[in-house]
Amino acid sequence: MSRRVRCVMALVALAVLGATLVVAVADLEPFGHYPGPYGDVLAKVVPGERHTGQLVAATVLDYRGFDTLGEELILFTAACGCVALLRLRRRERGEASAPERPAPSFAARAVGGALVGPVVVLAAYVVIHGHLTPGGGFSGGVIGGGALLLAYAAGQNVRLRRVGSIGMLESVEAVGAGGFAALAIGGLIAAGATLQNFVPLGTSGMLLSAGTIPIGNVAIGIEVAGAVALIVAEFLEQALLQEPA
Amino acid sequence: MSVLAYLVAVWLLIAGIYGVVTSRHLVHLVICLGVAQASTYVLLLAIGYRSGAQAPIFGDIPQSTPVVDPVVQALTLTDVVVSATVSALLLALAVQAHKRFGSVDPDELNALRG
Repeated sequence: MSRRVRCVMALVALAVLGATLVVAVADLEPFGHYPGPYGDVLAKVVPGERHTGQLVAATVLDYRGFDTLGEELILFTAACGCVALLRLRRRERGEASAPERPAPSFAARAVGGALVGPVVVLAAYVVIHGHLTPGGGFSGGVIGGGALLLAYAAGQNVRLRRVGSIGMLESVEAVGAGGFAALAIGGLIAAGATLQNFVPLGTSGMLLSAGTIPIGNVAIGIEVAGAVALIVAEFLEQALLQEPA
Repeated sequence: MSVLAYLVAVWLLIAGIYGVVTSRHLVHLVICLGVAQASTYVLLLAIGYRSGAQAPIFGDIPQSTPVVDPVVQALTLTDVVVSATVSALLLALAVQAHKRFGSVDPDELNALRG
């Protein structure tokens, strides 16, 4: 099929799809008039039942925790897939080590190097306070994975394979994923239902409160940081392989 | 005006799919898919929005304050994570396709080579 025919067909099909969707959304509740009831129910029961005011964290890690378990396994599987795809390529090339790359400027090295520590601290803060403030395991984990990129920008050649760090990143990711799964099973054992909040709830607003929610945040934060760092490291290594030696 | 936010979601979906269909570069294709996926964030958050309401976090606000729907926000969080992983996987496939075929134009990847 030629490009022109394909574009025309796509435009026709998209016009039909667009018209259908416009008709569909015209009948939704007007913007700003959320009809409920699920959000309202959660707003009523969460502070009393889970001792936290962070409704989104309570939804993600507790009331709808089973979805998060599946989502987390998607992340785990996708990271494994990325590594498998990119590693195959490396073996084909038969290159044991990456070629040197030109040194970055002094500014990049200074700022990148100086920011690695604070970024890791910020990631830990966002993860640990996920049941009190906006944030949590997913966002904090991505921030933590970003620290690796900063190290790369600062001129560290990310030759992780040689020092075995990729294996470590894989373990970190697996520990995080397994930790959340263990939390789910812990609920099953301790309270009779998967992901049941079986840890003492503590006082609302304190760091140690809300039962399993902060624990789940930490497990997910570890997993996401490991997965992001692993994927980024594999892609960076690809970039190094692509450069002419 | 009451459906404008929903129409933005429809527009993002249409524009994203059109970009995927007409793309000449695999990385461009993945970005277009990201645009199409962004429509779901807009739609979900627009459905849960409530005029004049606060973010669904009772830290500094009394519990009687009206808040927007936390369920769709949680769904959006799931959505963002899944779309990010899909993008990573597709980009890894693009790297492989470039290696296999020496091209990142989707039109040149269709030939069966024996």
